[in-house]
Amino acid sequence: MTQHPRKDVSLFDGRILRQAVVESLKKLSPRVMIRNPVMFIVEVGSALTTGLFFQDIIAPGHHSAPLWFTASVSVWLWFTVLFANFAEAVAEGRGKAQADSLRKIRKDTPARLVKDGIETEVSSTLLARDDVVVVRAGEVIPGDGGVIEGIASVDESVVTGESAPVIRESGGDRSAVTGGTRVLSDEIRVRITASPGSSFLDRMIALVEGSSRQKTPNEIALHILLMGLTLVFLLVSVTLVPLAMYSGIALSMTVIAALLVCLIPTTIGGLISAIGIAGMDRLIRKNVLAMSGKAVEAAGDIDTLLLDKTGTITLGNRMASELIPVDGVPPERLAEAAFQASIADETPEGRSIVSLIGSQYETAGFERNLTGVVEYMPFSAYTRMSGCDFNGTIVRKGAVDAICAFVEESGGTVAPLVRLTAERIGQGGGTPLAVSRNAEVLGVIHLKDMVKEGIGDRFERFRAMGIKTVMITGDNPRTAAAIAKEANVDGFLAEATPEKKMALIKEEQEKGRLVAMTGDGTNDAPALAQADVGIAMNTGTQAAKEAANMVDLDSDPTKLLEVVEVGKQLLMTRGTLTTFSIANDVAKYFAILPAMFAGVYPEIAPLNVMRLASPASAILSAVIFNAIIIILLIPLALRGVKYRPLGAAALLRRSLMIYGVGGIVAPFIGIKAIDMVLKALGLV
Amino acid sequence: MSIYGWVQIILYFLIILALTGPVGNYLYRVFEGERKPLPRVLGAAERLAYRMVMVDKDREQTWKEYAFSLFVFSFFCILVVYGLQRLQYFLPFNPQGFKGVPPQLAFNTAVSFVTNTNWQAYPGESTMSYLVQMAALAWQNFVSAGAGIAVAFALARGLTRKASQARGATIGNFWVDLTRSIIYVLLPLSIVGALFLVSQGVIQNIHPYREITTLEGARQAIAMGPVASQEIIKELGTNGGGFFNANSSHPFENPTPLTNFIEMVLIFLIPAGLTYAYGRMAGNKRQGWVIFWAMAVLFMAGAAVCYYAESRPNPALAGLPLDQATGNMEGKEVRFGVAGSTLFAAITTAASCGAVNSMHDSYTPLGGLVPLVNIMLGEVVFGGVGAGLYGMLIYAILAVFIAGLMVGRTPEYLGKKIEAREMQYVTAYILIFPFIVLITAAWSAIVPYGISSVTNGGPHGLSQILYAASSAGGNNGSAFAGLNANTSWWNIVLAIAMLAGRFLMILPVLAIAGSMVSKKDIPPGPGTFPTEGFLFVALLTGAVIIVGALTFFPALSLGPVVEHFIAHAGRSL
Repeated sequence: MTQHPRKDVSLFDGRILRQAVVESLKKLSPRVMIRNPVMFIVEVGSALTTGLFFQDIIAPGHHSAPLWFTASVSVWLWFTVLFANFAEAVAEGRGKAQADSLRKIRKDTPARLVKDGIETEVSSTLLARDDVVVVRAGEVIPGDGGVIEGIASVDESVVTGESAPVIRESGGDRSAVTGGTRVLSDEIRVRITASPGSSFLDRMIALVEGSSRQKTPNEIALHILLMGLTLVFLLVSVTLVPLAMYSGIALSMTVIAALLVCLIPTTIGGLISAIGIAGMDRLIRKNVLAMSGKAVEAAGDIDTLLLDKTGTITLGNRMASELIPVDGVPPERLAEAAFQASIADETPEGRSIVSLIGSQYETAGFERNLTGVVEYMPFSAYTRMSGCDFNGTIVRKGAVDAICAFVEESGGTVAPLVRLTAERIGQGGGTPLAVSRNAEVLGVIHLKDMVKEGIGDRFERFRAMGIKTVMITGDNPRTAAAIAKEANVDGFLAEATPEKKMALIKEEQEKGRLVAMTGDGTNDAPALAQADVGIAMNTGTQAAKEAANMVDLDSDPTKLLEVVEVGKQLLMTRGTLTTFSIANDVAKYFAILPAMFAGVYPEIAPLNVMRLASPASAILSAVIFNAIIIILLIPLALRGVKYRPLGAAALLRRSLMIYGVGGIVAPFIGIKAIDMVLKALGLV
Repeated sequence: MSIYGWVQIILYFLIILALTGPVGNYLYRVFEGERKPLPRVLGAAERLAYRMVMVDKDREQTWKEYAFSLFVFSFFCILVVYGLQRLQYFLPFNPQGFKGVPPQLAFNTAVSFVTNTNWQAYPGESTMSYLVQMAALAWQNFVSAGAGIAVAFALARGLTRKASQARGATIGNFWVDLTRSIIYVLLPLSIVGALFLVSQGVIQNIHPYREITTLEGARQAIAMGPVASQEIIKELGTNGGGFFNANSSHPFENPTPLTNFIEMVLIFLIPAGLTYAYGRMAGNKRQGWVIFWAMAVLFMAGAAVCYYAESRPNPALAGLPLDQATGNMEGKEVRFGVAGSTLFAAITTAASCGAVNSMHDSYTPLGGLVPLVNIMLGEVVFGGVGAGLYGMLIYAILAVFIAGLMVGRTPEYLGKKIEAREMQYVTAYILIFPFIVLITAAWSAIVPYGISSVTNGGPHGLSQILYAASSAGGNNGSAFAGLNANTSWWNIVLAIAMLAGRFLMILPVLAIAGSMVSKKDIPPGPGTFPTEGFLFVALLTGAVIIVGALTFFPALSLGPVVEHFIAHAGRSL
């Protein structure tokens, strides 16, 4: 990938942090807070303790905690809320920084609207669906659409970050253009396909800003659990008042609020929305635009991945890999004929023949031998061969049967070896091209589908994640099998038609598997829509993009690996932080409970395993720890827990050790450390 | 502690381990198999039962229909049991001529037996006629246990049925499950077991009470009754309601160490077997064993701690000229000893049975903490017949949810996705129990009409309150003995707690069964978290402990925990 302009937002960019501080104060509004019930409870607790503080200043209650204590608890409870808001604001800020750079593109551009053959200049914001505009060299395309006339090279770097221009032309699979990109040469007519405000860029901006983020299914399920836990702890804290009263212990409201906030899952509650926003943001940094968070989450569950062979697994063009002369023909003679037959051939196959021969022979001599009037015969679907005539010599290369027929017509005979060799190449998944000179078949060129370098390793990574890869190809089963083996995919669908593709997806889904597929053509659209996760290439048609739920701006079909990782990371980060948050409660109990009861039951001291300095210090230390841990975990929430393809059991064991056991141990150390600091500062 | 004590505990566990498979196979055959055992005899009885109540055994119910049937049936049972108690004076089999049971107590008792709790705010031998004992209470011992088994199978079907086998969104037929549990399982086992108990000296008659002259010349009435027939189902159905006030410490209920051992085995027999039957339904026995071992780990830990604590000398008696080598024998029967008593206590509280052969109120704080914690874990350590399995499966879903997130995959259990809807029900299930227990206890701890029943002050009194609230909410039914429960407040509030603890918790269980049954199943892949290994046992036990501990630790720390520290500091309150 080339240099990318949008990758530079550092995790702790000063400007973003400053904005986040302001934002986190704005988010204190109860109307905003209520969306996150866990943190809303914390805010209520903060307000309550603040109220108590002022009440105690005016008229101290009988069972009130000391003023300084109420004040400190209250301040730290506010900090807990603010830290959570801050986490969300930083995540949003990072998204906004991206959005701003995108928004610069979206500024009003003039558009040349064509109506009834008359060209008028209007603002791009006034364009409606199905309007047709003309865009000339040097102009910015005013909106998303499809090219209906003409061909042009377009600079799409604002969207993709790729500096090399791309070709956009009417018809076929390269007709889609994106608003905000610039035409570099020629002139095209574009039919606008997006209404203003819902273009590609608009959606992208909305997504990175987090404004249109909806909770994903797993996130909703987790929210329910977190609310349940919050209710349990609310109940535990509130009922502790009468239970303590029975024991002759008067618990102040301040202490109960502190206990409640420490127990409810504030760590995950405070970071959960930051995790979601950061996940979308990470995806966009990888140049993938997801239409919904749900699709990203689904990507984490993918079982089967369908990949088009051409352009994905193979380089897309057949390349000459070998020249096989028939018996008695010197290799050089075959090479010369093949070279001469291909020198004017601009197809990738032709180029590859020239370059193969160039790497083995001195081709200057071959070129010199082309004397007299040289007449080139381009390839046609009718003749199925190409070549040239010079000085009465006819050289041809092309489909084996076509060449053989051509030679036999000219009175020559074809050595049986030619057909045998051709058959052998076909069986191996290659394509044979026969080469003839006058009435003689000299040999066969082996054209091979070249598997992309390193693709096998990528599939190995898919396999480690538990994802089955299936190659889709129009080739015959024999060819497909050979390529599948070479590329290291798990299965293949040969002689694929859109119907067959669809049937395969449905079959896998019937078995309960989640299917992802990548595609770019219009004929891929139904399958992209049917798949659970459909990723369209940005180079693809508008139809493909609309049917898919993600678009890869780099048009790299193996990008799905990263999408899957982001999807898994989202779940893992939520899961591990939930575990951590709940595990933390153990230590908090050991800090707070002895402190609450020590006045009446001094014998409970052994429960104070951390040997905290005083009851007030113990409670305050727990509250401070609870607030600070949110700040400390922001980087983890934004980056996500690293996914390792270890298999589920190993992964879980690892996470349980780090976040479960670690979650039990860490607060013991943290609370003790804070207690020591408070004591050293003489605050308690 | 003695070798004998540990041998008894370990032997007990090994016997349960050995019986789990055979009992599980039998249960599976009865509820899910094509060919039921003894078709000529039991099959005929089953068909007759369906004809009588006009049930089509092949018509399955949706979860709502299933729940509705269960609730209607239970409501009907409460009415009958209440009526029989109120009217016992006018009915036969009342040789002692007991008056009708007062309304509040009759209500409490009716609810208690219908909910499989068997909380007893009355002494049986001086309150209930033989007719009530047999036709109301023993009857409920059968059908409430049968209802529990039915719900467990309903949930198991919901979780294990493949979408291809599922018949719509149905999870079985309540009437069929109830009938089968009684005809094939509870009745045959009870008949054999009762005969065995009689052979050991448990009485079975309908004579009037006997007046005898004791060795000291005092006159004493010896209570009689049809005890064996009720004793056997009391354990087998994890009901726990004793014929006599002294429950299984009474020599006519539990005369010998052998009957004690057999009674303990009976309590775990069906709950343990159900885990195996569940594994067979899941098509993978290891899925059942995982549940079994999670229960076993929690149980053995409790039994060991309880035995250890009670074998220690009582610090309150330190300095007195007493031989404390036998441990804390207060409130325990000499014929059972510390091991036979603490093991029974651990079993009866783990299994939501509630029968007792020693007085938990007299345990050391630490020893008494174990039964209390067992109940507070939500009665999932083998648990009540049926209730233990369905409770543990709810925890399994919770554990799978957290684990699934941690491995980065939408959580799934037995190939079915756990989604927001299921988490809603799981959360509700987990919330209800603490709500019942903590609110009941907290309320009772500060109102005069609550505290007045407490016989000890200080932390021990709080333990009594917590125990009563948990026992009712958890449908256990055992008592901490110290609390005088036959007051208006306790009768009413505990009846409500029992009703909520049974039916409010069954509702989400059946709802989960209903939503899971028609879900598409996903074949497991390398990214799927396996729920059949040691790791899942650890995760499941962890989930149960964490939820229980976080919920009840503050309350417990004001009760048995602080009492323990005070006792060891040498102070008494």
